[in-house]
Amino acid sequence: MKRKRMSTLVAGMLALALVAAACGGAEPPTAGPLGQVEIADGEAIQIRSFNAITGDVSFLGIPNQRGVELAIQDYGEILGHPISMGTGLDDLCSADGGQAGAQTIVSDPQIIGVIGTSCSGAAGAAMPLISDAGLVMISGSNTSPALTSDLAGTAASDYHPGYYRTAHNDLFQGKAVAQFAYNELGMRNAGVIHDGDLYTFGLSSAFQEAFEELGGEVSVFTAVNKGDTDMTAVLTEIAAGSPDMLFTPTFPPEINFIAQQIGGIAGMEDVTLIGADASLVDNFLEIPEAEGWHHSGPDTRFGANQNSLTGVSGDDFLSAYESTYGEAPSAPFWAHSYDATTMLLKAIEDSATDVDGTLYVDRQGVRDALNAISLDGIIGPITCDDFGDCGAQLITVIRNDSPSDVEAAKQNVVYEFAP
Amino acid sequence: MVSTAETIQRIRRSRFNWVDMFLNALRIGAIVFIAVGLVGTIVKFVGGEGPSAEAWRDLVVGGLAQGAAYGLIALGYSMVYGVLGFINFAHGEVFMSGAMTSFFMASYFFDTGLWVSNFVLALILVIISATLTATIVAVLVERIAYRPLRDAPRLIPLITSIGVSFFLQYSAAFLFGISNKSVPQPPSWLLSKVDLFGLGWLRLEATKLLVIAIAVVSMIALYLFVERTRTGRSMRAVAEDKEIAALMGINVDRTIVTTFAVGGAMAGIAGSLWALLFRGVSFDTGFLPGIKAFTAAVLGGIGNLVGAMLGGVLLGLFEGVGPLLILDGWGIPGVSQLKDVVAFSALVLVLVFRPTGLLGERLSEDERG
Repeated sequence: MKRKRMSTLVAGMLALALVAAACGGAEPPTAGPLGQVEIADGEAIQIRSFNAITGDVSFLGIPNQRGVELAIQDYGEILGHPISMGTGLDDLCSADGGQAGAQTIVSDPQIIGVIGTSCSGAAGAAMPLISDAGLVMISGSNTSPALTSDLAGTAASDYHPGYYRTAHNDLFQGKAVAQFAYNELGMRNAGVIHDGDLYTFGLSSAFQEAFEELGGEVSVFTAVNKGDTDMTAVLTEIAAGSPDMLFTPTFPPEINFIAQQIGGIAGMEDVTLIGADASLVDNFLEIPEAEGWHHSGPDTRFGANQNSLTGVSGDDFLSAYESTYGEAPSAPFWAHSYDATTMLLKAIEDSATDVDGTLYVDRQGVRDALNAISLDGIIGPITCDDFGDCGAQLITVIRNDSPSDVEAAKQNVVYEFAP
Repeated sequence: MVSTAETIQRIRRSRFNWVDMFLNALRIGAIVFIAVGLVGTIVKFVGGEGPSAEAWRDLVVGGLAQGAAYGLIALGYSMVYGVLGFINFAHGEVFMSGAMTSFFMASYFFDTGLWVSNFVLALILVIISATLTATIVAVLVERIAYRPLRDAPRLIPLITSIGVSFFLQYSAAFLFGISNKSVPQPPSWLLSKVDLFGLGWLRLEATKLLVIAIAVVSMIALYLFVERTRTGRSMRAVAEDKEIAALMGINVDRTIVTTFAVGGAMAGIAGSLWALLFRGVSFDTGFLPGIKAFTAAVLGGIGNLVGAMLGGVLLGLFEGVGPLLILDGWGIPGVSQLKDVVAFSALVLVLVFRPTGLLGERLSEDERG
């Protein structure tokens, strides 16, 4: 019944449009199943930045937001309409923050897409609302496998249509570490320590699965608490499995305590040590005991890579960033956020129809355009799979040979992974 | 007819029986739980699984070193409780001020080269400055926050101490930033293992031995100070009864300041040992060790100095060895994460078996306040 009325309505509107066309004006396009956004002549296209810009994790969120700002600036206008990101929204790096920000976003019918969130936990809470409202969200730094898929064609628990990301999926990072350890270093028995956090647990599990698939054994899979200082017990537990390597994606200061105390544990003297991007920070890399540690993380050698939509390279971006904000970015995901923003703007451009200066952007059209997108970003080639993983998925492993020169240590790439 | 008094008597008796039965069940349950865990671990060990004998030895030494630090901090809780009858929750932050000072002094000596060229002298200077800082902080806290509340009900200084604790913690965060600060690496001879008494199997980490040795010396010094000197005697007198002590010509305020100063000094020493042991300090370093030391003080019998030391050492030992010794025997995965559970369960169990703590005396209703 309702459907019938709807089609009558559409027919009526079409008829009206025909009349209008006959009278000389152009007709607006038919809206898709998710509706369309109408942007009047001279008005701005609305997108939003939704990142962790306050609190402990602002080191990650602020460069993300600035990546969005600079991308909007570089991209220019779309069919004569400027682009506005309004005021940067804060995801607070928490589920609460994700939900509250998403409410704000969906209450404004002019907003087409969102660049964020910084943290996977916030994305999990924001996506149900954003997806239902027909918007799209592209994250530059979510890496949790739970947000997209298992990479084998099955949607993960927190996947919602309209979610995309340019950051890597940690399943790839886990696989990269496993392949590096098993194939390059010849490791067969691994101990794993996480700290109960979604990110560290997810990555540890991904590593375990990939390592066991290759034929390795994870003898001990255990955890510490955030805030622990005495690691003797946990390292003794690891040593009991007599591993030849230890993988721990924990953050400082816990990983500092692990590195400092591991020398005193019987049976751990010659164990190969591998951390992840959580410990790829100066606070850890500069301590003497960090020497010899390996760290996996996204490939951040962006240098000459150019974004094919704006022509801006990694180096161009960095100099623009420093001259605009007076400092270097504190985390590498600015590149992913920059590419995500250009991706969104391109998708809007592809799905927009200009009728006498008024722009009509079809929401389903934006999703279709994102699904079909193919571009070269600062992070590398970008195409999306069926569940929103669009990143280049380039992972590198570095070895810290020089705690006294952290920048050189970060550049000392010993392994490259591409899916 | 049954009289009302008799009914009440009967109800009271039956209720007491229920409580007793529950407590007994808890005691038996705890013993069975621990025994089964132990047997499980021993079976594993005999079967060649689990940690090796060397690993167990290292766990015990690690637990003792950490416990020695807990014991030193616990002394401050216990002494203040003995004299003033309230728990000084800011004591953990006094400890943190010592650890923070150690970090700054150690980094300074590392930059000037003394840390490498004459480590022993540098360490002595670090310990002295940490002790001084912590003493000053403890005395200032007493003077500014607690002395004006001397005649207030005991709950008031208790709540004040929580406020002081936050104040000190976030002042440190504001002044020095929230990041973790890494204490420079001690020379290699301290990081290696020493073969104690040339026995071969008693190869222990030098750092931990040093920490235990310094803690033991400090504890003995404190014990002699309280038991053998005039000031110590007046401290004990004030703890016994403030008014009568005042009548005997003891300056109560000064004695209380001395108590805080001595407690602060012990926390300062613990702070520098902590910095040496874990080589990481941050503004919230005092929080968890503070809670643990308070637990240790209660475990040993609050108000009793030897009890505080014993409680600290035992708590460190339970925490270091317990997860692997008992929980692992049950086949629980990821036992190291349950370290704190073991520590606080140990407190509950000790109190279930001995409500006054290990060396505590039963206080009268009046003294408990």
